Amino acid sequence: MPYQIVVCGSIVPDPLQTLEPVIGPGGPSLKNEMLLPSVFDPWAAHALYEAAHLASTVAGSKVWLVSLGPKAKLQQVVMTIAQKAPFELIALDGSASGFTDAHDTAKAIAASILAIPELDRRRLLVFGGWESASRGAGVTMQITGELLGIVDQFQGVDELKITADGRLQVLERVESGKHQVSVCDGPPALLGWATGNRPEPRNNPQVGMLNMRTAMPAIQKARPAAAGARDLLFQDLTLPKQQRETEIVKDRSAEEIAREIVAWIRA
Amino acid sequence: METVLFLAHTEADGSLGKIALESLGAAKELAGDSLVAGVIGENTSTAGSLPASRVLTVTGTEFAQARYATDAAAAEAVCRASGATIVIAPATSRWARVLPGVTHRLGGSVDTHVTGISLRGGKLFATRWYYRQRMEGTFERSGRPWVLLLESGCHAPWSGAAGAGAVEAVEVPLAEGSCRTTVQGVQESQAGQQTIRPDAELLFVTGAGWTKAQRDGKPHVKEAETLILEFLAKTQASLGSSKSLVDISGEGQQVLGFLTHMNQVGQTGSTPRHPKGLATCCHGEEPHVVGWRFIRERRAVNLDPNCGWARGKADVLYVADAFEVLENVNRCLRETS
Repeated sequence: MPYQIVVCGSIVPDPLQTLEPVIGPGGPSLKNEMLLPSVFDPWAAHALYEAAHLASTVAGSKVWLVSLGPKAKLQQVVMTIAQKAPFELIALDGSASGFTDAHDTAKAIAASILAIPELDRRRLLVFGGWESASRGAGVTMQITGELLGIVDQFQGVDELKITADGRLQVLERVESGKHQVSVCDGPPALLGWATGNRPEPRNNPQVGMLNMRTAMPAIQKARPAAAGARDLLFQDLTLPKQQRETEIVKDRSAEEIAREIVAWIRA
Repeated sequence: METVLFLAHTEADGSLGKIALESLGAAKELAGDSLVAGVIGENTSTAGSLPASRVLTVTGTEFAQARYATDAAAAEAVCRASGATIVIAPATSRWARVLPGVTHRLGGSVDTHVTGISLRGGKLFATRWYYRQRMEGTFERSGRPWVLLLESGCHAPWSGAAGAGAVEAVEVPLAEGSCRTTVQGVQESQAGQQTIRPDAELLFVTGAGWTKAQRDGKPHVKEAETLILEFLAKTQASLGSSKSLVDISGEGQQVLGFLTHMNQVGQTGSTPRHPKGLATCCHGEEPHVVGWRFIRERRAVNLDPNCGWARGKADVLYVADAFEVLENVNRCLRETS
C-alpha cells in the first residue's frame, strides 16, 4: 500500500552559534534572531530521511514537508534540505522561536495537513522530530495528532519496519537505553522520530532542482501562521553560569593521570 | 485555590518508580493535605498508600501497556474526575508520549522537561531549559489545567505515611480501535550491550578519536573496545558518545561495536544527569557539551590542549593519550579493587 507521509519540521539556529535571550515588550526572543544562521531541525531532518527512505521502498508513496518559520529563513534552509530527499513543500510563514507555545504551531500544521487535496487517512503517516532543538518540548506532534484524530502515536522512534502483512513495527526509546517494540495495525499513525539509524543522505543536485520547482512557489505563497506565546508569561531567561576555571594538566605521565582519575572517580 | 493532582502510572510490578516518587514529593509539597492522586496501571494496589486526600485509579489489563490510545483515555478520565487545575506528573517516556495530547483534550496547557516548580506570592512558577539546555527560563501560565512533567533528580522522592483518602476506581470507556497498537515488549540496545546506566555516578564519553589512526599510523579499534568495556565493567559508568562517533557507525565505517545513536550525548542526543563525567578523545565542541549541562564535575582526556574542554567547559583537562591513560586506569582499578 502506498503511503502518504507528511513530515513536520522547522528551522532552528545553527547549533554552533552563541545564543543570548532577550525579553522585550513582545516577549522573549534571541538577540539578533533574524541574523542568526539557521539549519533544519536535526530530529525533523531524521524524520525526513526516514520518510524518504520509506517512500523509496513502497511504490506510489509521496512525501510532503510542512514547515513553519519566517519565510526568508525557510527559503535559505529549504535550498539545502531540498538536495537531501524528494518532497513537496507546504510552507507556513510564522515564528519558529523556541519561546512560543506548541498549541498554535500544532493547529497551523494540522490545518495544513487537512488541506492537502488528495489526503487519504487510510494511507497517512505523520512524521516529525520527537522534540525540536528550539523549544525542545515534545508537544507539537502529539497535539497535531490529536487534531487529526490519530491515536496511534509513537515518540522517540528509532526504527519503523513494515511487516509482511502491512502492519507497522515501531521501536521507541524508553528508559535505560532500551527500546519498546510495538506493532500497529496500519495507518493513520504519527511517529516522532529520534535519530533513527540512517545516515544523512548525500546532496543530490537533481533532487534539489526538482524540489525547488515546487518549493519556491510554496514559500512565496506561504500563509501566515499565528504562533504565539498563548498563556505563557516569562519571568526571566538566563544563561547558565557554568564557565569553569579549567586546570590544564600537561607533562604528567599516563600512570600519574590514571591514579588521579581513579581517586577522583572513587571520591 | 488550586486542585493539585499527582498523576502516575505503575511499573510492571505495580510499584511507583523513583521518578514518580520524586514528582509525588514535589506535588505533596505544593498541595499539602489536599493533594489528589491518580494512578493508572494493570495493578494499582499500592495506590492506597499514597499521601492524598483522594486517590483515583484506573486498573485493568488494557492499561498495562504503554500505548497512546489507552493511556490517553485513562489519563484524561482521571484528570476530569479529579477536577485538577494543576497536574504534576513524572517525565517518563510513557507520560511524555501521551500527556501533551491529553492536555489538548482537556483544553489546558502543558510543559515538559520541567526542572523546578515553586510558589511565589501565591503564584506557581515553573523552570525549564530552552534551545537544548542553552538557557533556563522561569515562567507562569494562566491556562488551566496546567500539566507539568517533572524531570528526574529535581526533587527528593516522597517517603512517609499514607493519607486518609479513599481509593476510587474511575471507569474508562475505550473507543473502538483503541487497541490497534500492541506493545510486544522492551528490548535491549541493538548493540547487544547494556552500556547506558542513567543512575550511574559517572558518565564516560568516547569521542571519534578512539577510531582514528594512532601514533603508528593505524587505527586500533579492537584495542579501544577492550579498554573501554573493561573500564565500564569496573566502574559501572554509563557510556556516552559524541555525535560524530555515532554518525561514523551509521555510515558503515569501522567503529566501536557497542555504540548506537542511543549513546549520543548533546544537541541531538541526550542530556543525562550524573554527578561526574569523563570525556575521552572528544573535542568538547558546543553541540556536544550542551548535553553535559547537568554533569557537575567534568574531566577530559585529549591530546589537544586547545580543545573545547580547555575553554571553561571542564574542571580538569589532561593533555595525554587516552589509550595510555585508560590502560593505566584499568590497571589501577584492577590492582585496587
